[in-house]
Amino acid sequence: MTPKRKKRLILILFLVAGVGTAVGLLMYSLSQNINLFMTPTQIANGEVPYGRTIRAGGLVVVGSLQRSQDSLVSEFKVTDGNAEVTITYDGILPDLFREGQGIVAMGKLNRDNVFVASEVLAKHDENYMPPEVKDALEKAHLDGKEALESARY
Amino acid sequence: MTEWYGMVPEFGQLALIFALLVAALQVVIPLLGLKMQHDWLMGFARPLANAQAVFLLISLVILAYCFVVDDFSVAYVAANSNTALPTPYKISAVWGAHEGSLLLWVTMLGCWGMAVAMFSRSLPADMVARVLAIMGLVSLGFILFTLETSNPFARNLPSIPSEGADLNPLLQDFGLIVHPPTLYMGYVGLSVAFAFALAALMGGRLDAAWARWSRPWTTAAWIFLTIGIALGSWWAYYELGWGGWWFWDPVENASLMPWLVATALLHSLAVTEKRGLFKSWTVLLAIFAFSLSLLGTFLVRSGVLTSVHAFASDPERGVFVLALLGICVGGSLLLYALKAPTVASVGRYAWVSRESFLLLNNLLLVVAAFAILLGTLYPLIIDFLGLGKISVGASWFNTMFVPLGILLAIVVGPGSVSRWKADEVKRLGSKMIAALIAAVIFGVATPLIHGGDMNWQVLLGMAVAIWLIGVTLQDMWYKARGSLSRIPKLGLSYHGMVIAHLGIAVTVIGITMVANYSEETSARMAPGDVAELEGYRFEFIDAGHVEGPNYTSDAARFRVFDGDDEIALLMPEKRRYSARGQVMTEAAIDVSLWRDVYVSMGEPLDGGAWGMRLQVKPFMRWVWLGAIFMSLGGLLAMLDKRYRSRKKQPAVQEAAA
Repeated sequence: MTPKRKKRLILILFLVAGVGTAVGLLMYSLSQNINLFMTPTQIANGEVPYGRTIRAGGLVVVGSLQRSQDSLVSEFKVTDGNAEVTITYDGILPDLFREGQGIVAMGKLNRDNVFVASEVLAKHDENYMPPEVKDALEKAHLDGKEALESARY
Repeated sequence: MTEWYGMVPEFGQLALIFALLVAALQVVIPLLGLKMQHDWLMGFARPLANAQAVFLLISLVILAYCFVVDDFSVAYVAANSNTALPTPYKISAVWGAHEGSLLLWVTMLGCWGMAVAMFSRSLPADMVARVLAIMGLVSLGFILFTLETSNPFARNLPSIPSEGADLNPLLQDFGLIVHPPTLYMGYVGLSVAFAFALAALMGGRLDAAWARWSRPWTTAAWIFLTIGIALGSWWAYYELGWGGWWFWDPVENASLMPWLVATALLHSLAVTEKRGLFKSWTVLLAIFAFSLSLLGTFLVRSGVLTSVHAFASDPERGVFVLALLGICVGGSLLLYALKAPTVASVGRYAWVSRESFLLLNNLLLVVAAFAILLGTLYPLIIDFLGLGKISVGASWFNTMFVPLGILLAIVVGPGSVSRWKADEVKRLGSKMIAALIAAVIFGVATPLIHGGDMNWQVLLGMAVAIWLIGVTLQDMWYKARGSLSRIPKLGLSYHGMVIAHLGIAVTVIGITMVANYSEETSARMAPGDVAELEGYRFEFIDAGHVEGPNYTSDAARFRVFDGDDEIALLMPEKRRYSARGQVMTEAAIDVSLWRDVYVSMGEPLDGGAWGMRLQVKPFMRWVWLGAIFMSLGGLLAMLDKRYRSRKKQPAVQEAAA
């Protein structure tokens, strides 16, 4: 093997090893860092482990929003038309947060089956339905309209 | 509608159709000329490129005109404008949604083609013919896409709405007037580097001259990308109302990926020009950079990002862009596979040499781009496979990107002080030791002085930034042989590099400080209430009602005190835009070089109280200031006189020695 070829071989081996390790690490850390979306039904069925960060969402049940009088803590319920879950959040709710609107929250489920949110997202469009919420509604065999109606009881 | 002016939108569409035809000619005629070795036919490339750009510009101006005169018979205008919308926003509404964005995209592609036609006097005719034919092909695809799936001139006939639906309030802002066009200029500008690379492959002319031609074009596109990304970040910071400036949102990632690869391309082109090495790698980077631009367009424009099902519900657009992407990437990679084995890089280099360090820089940049690509596409793939809805958090991107960024910044040191071909570790060490010592001292001192305790992130970030500054300045001093008067003579290209590298240091300092020392609090505040944060006192005076042109708003007044000095009167607003009933937060920011004080209004609560978000963000401006430095550096490098000489350079300038 000529020195030049040898050098090239070393370089290629080095590259392959480097890229391989990088991809491995990337995939591993990806699997550790993803946030699953769970529907209210899944939460009600106890499919969600306590204390793990997940995303949950649905339509905000009309009349369910309660605010604390002396802090920013708020509590509301979301539904997928099938089950409801209570969410508490200490912070400023987004501009488009409204009862009847679809939202997605990131946070953890506590032992009382209350979802403690660290972040609440509502997208910047009146007509926008978060894709996860839409999917959740479809799973609960309702389209968005029906669910809205049932959320308005 | 018998008057001529009722037909104006049709003229716009007609111009677009003409542009399509001209683009087709721009592909066919020069290639025919090449095949027949016919100079006269090849010579058509330039005028055709100009004509295409002119038709596209006419089309774009007509669309803007339809917005200005509130022609709601045009569906796109009706959906994105309103009579009450201020005129500058009517014009920026042209690129406020899908159809107009695409028209802007193709118009810019046409303009880049025209620029190439204008500034390519020193290029051989066959090269110009190939480059413009390839750019014409890209144009052809995208104009066809615009006309077929996203015609901005489609009419709302026969029932013309009397009022438009208004532009999304989020986009009614100066940032949105300038951000998308700049970013698109960058995306589309990479098509020039792409066309040059493919043309060189086709003609079997991957030499130093090709690299020299591509460099200023690549740099120009890179400058636009840099500014575009920085503008986007700045806009998100003040307009979204919660003070974030980078979210690892797929749309942001779509712009960062081509930037990273274009940065790699700039450095690899330098090696190809100076040393005749890395040729096939450079070509591959040029292909990747443009492909990532197209992928970005696909991600943003197809609707996949909202949901993979949105893609399925509007398959026409998605499939079309995907097909264009496939043809573009597949075709160019096929050409690469066929032609690259014939390209040999002559010349050797030792392990310790500038070539090696630049290769390392390239690898790190490409790995970073790849990691971001993976993180961006992963949720889409999982969703597509029906494995559930997931999202990849910002923390993942940070853990991936930050170490790579630190390594990259470290490599800048040896990369800029080392010699081509071969260098000695000892010599490099002696030239960098001072910077290393300064880096360690600053790195340790900053967290202790600023934060009061040790913080590894701050230590690393500051050390890396000071290292960058130290190595760069020391190298300049060394190259000027220790004389201030020789510094101006080092050449624009060198000065450009220095300023761009200092720019990276400035951005790194900004990111490090703002990410670690920002303070934020959300509080329930009634008029008269006072809040304290980081030594600043925020006094909520009152909240009143304000009427805007197309919105009504609640505006609060805050006095901000630093100790006993009143430093600012801030007036954040909560606006309600009438046409869409949409609510927007307008943050109020007191800006300075050392810190931003940021106040935004949350929700109205009982008894006249509001949820208020207060923030103090040290060194926030540095994040974007660095980007300004980088673009300025790029501009200087681009203006270096060796790119401007009209004389024909010797075609091959291999390092023969």
